[in-house]
Amino acid sequence: MSSNESLARVGTVLRTRGLEKEYGHGDGLVHALDSVDLDVMPGEAVAIMGPSGCGKSTLLHLLGGLERPSGGEVWLEDRRIDGLSEKALARLRRKAIGFVFQAFHLLEELTAVENVEMPALIAGRSPGAARRRAKELLEQVGLTDRAEHLPSELSGGQRQRVAIARALSNEPLVILADEPTGNLDSAATLDVLRLLESLRADGHTLVIVTHDSRIAATADRLISMRDGAFVEETRLTHGSAGPLSELAGLER
Amino acid sequence: MQEPAHVSKAERPPDYQLGVVQEVLLALLAKEAAHGYDVRARLQLALGPLADALNAGQVYVTLNRLERAGLVTSTVVGQADRPDRKVYELTPAGRDRVREWLDDTTWPKPAPAEFHLKLVAAAAAGLADPVRIVDSQRHALLDGLAVAQRAALAEPNDSVAGLLLEGVVLRLQADLRWLEACARFWNERGEHHE
Repeated sequence: MSSNESLARVGTVLRTRGLEKEYGHGDGLVHALDSVDLDVMPGEAVAIMGPSGCGKSTLLHLLGGLERPSGGEVWLEDRRIDGLSEKALARLRRKAIGFVFQAFHLLEELTAVENVEMPALIAGRSPGAARRRAKELLEQVGLTDRAEHLPSELSGGQRQRVAIARALSNEPLVILADEPTGNLDSAATLDVLRLLESLRADGHTLVIVTHDSRIAATADRLISMRDGAFVEETRLTHGSAGPLSELAGLER
Repeated sequence: MQEPAHVSKAERPPDYQLGVVQEVLLALLAKEAAHGYDVRARLQLALGPLADALNAGQVYVTLNRLERAGLVTSTVVGQADRPDRKVYELTPAGRDRVREWLDDTTWPKPAPAEFHLKLVAAAAAGLADPVRIVDSQRHALLDGLAVAQRAALAEPNDSVAGLLLEGVVLRLQADLRWLEACARFWNERGEHHE
């Protein structure tokens, strides 16, 4: 707990102020994001929910420097990133941000362990160190025995776990996940759910965009979006047996 | 917004929940007579983390109540190195009650009608945006899901209490899916009227 307190003094990992994103122009102008203020604290897991087209994926792309805002600010720790050059943004994405996508985005020609070590190699680590780190991460996601398999030889859930291991490769400040279980059946969703829960428990900072209520329920904080804005925000209690016994139909 | 929930709770027979525990205690005594302590241990195993809500006294109070109602009898058994203990046994009336309970197919009532009517009324009277009411309700259910899910994930795979928790999780998911349908419907309805 004391480490959490000291981290809290450091401030936010991610912060946006007055974030705006518009697409098109004239009559076709769409306000995808409308003055969004977000603070994500170190070690916090934030889930963002909302109907298709509410702006939640756009927000995630702006947080990760994959797109640029039309207005407002994005801060990663104490650095403002919305005005960085393309080159600086690309470097920042590789080093400081772990991305997890709905469609996994693994390189099909490379084995699981080669996919996981790729970010470390690009960041300039030695092949030996990168491989050791990749093997550790595969163990962490429970796929040690699948290290030499190609993505095509893995189930959807296993592929997403490889993608999550890859996202952890450079010890990112934050992991941004866009519908991580969108392509998975319920058994595979449960595997990813357990993994996200363990990452949260280990103190990783997570921002997850999801339709899946079970994934959202792993978060510390839940934000609902509509029409490009936050409309409802809840700190999930993860409380004791009290509310649970009521839910289960036992006497309180 | 919380008002209707309180009303329906107040209308519920006050003994309703405790009633469930009564039947369960009777059923746990159906095979053989047992100490209150053993009965409580079996209940704890079945409920896992949920057993925290059942305090120890409640089991003994309920057993006493069942005895007064003629559904169980008790005998005091002396123990060499500890205080005497009561051993509880089912009466024929108690046995009949257990059989009735096992045959009863009443299902705990999920109550979407009240929430549905709340949305209809809010929209009709222009009191509030139904979509916002759905959002708030969704967050409340997700808070419950978060609690139940974390408890479920903490149980080992073969846990009998884990099965109960999975039931809680799945029912909340079903409610949340219906809320999504509510949000879609009222969102489209709102857009047509604008």
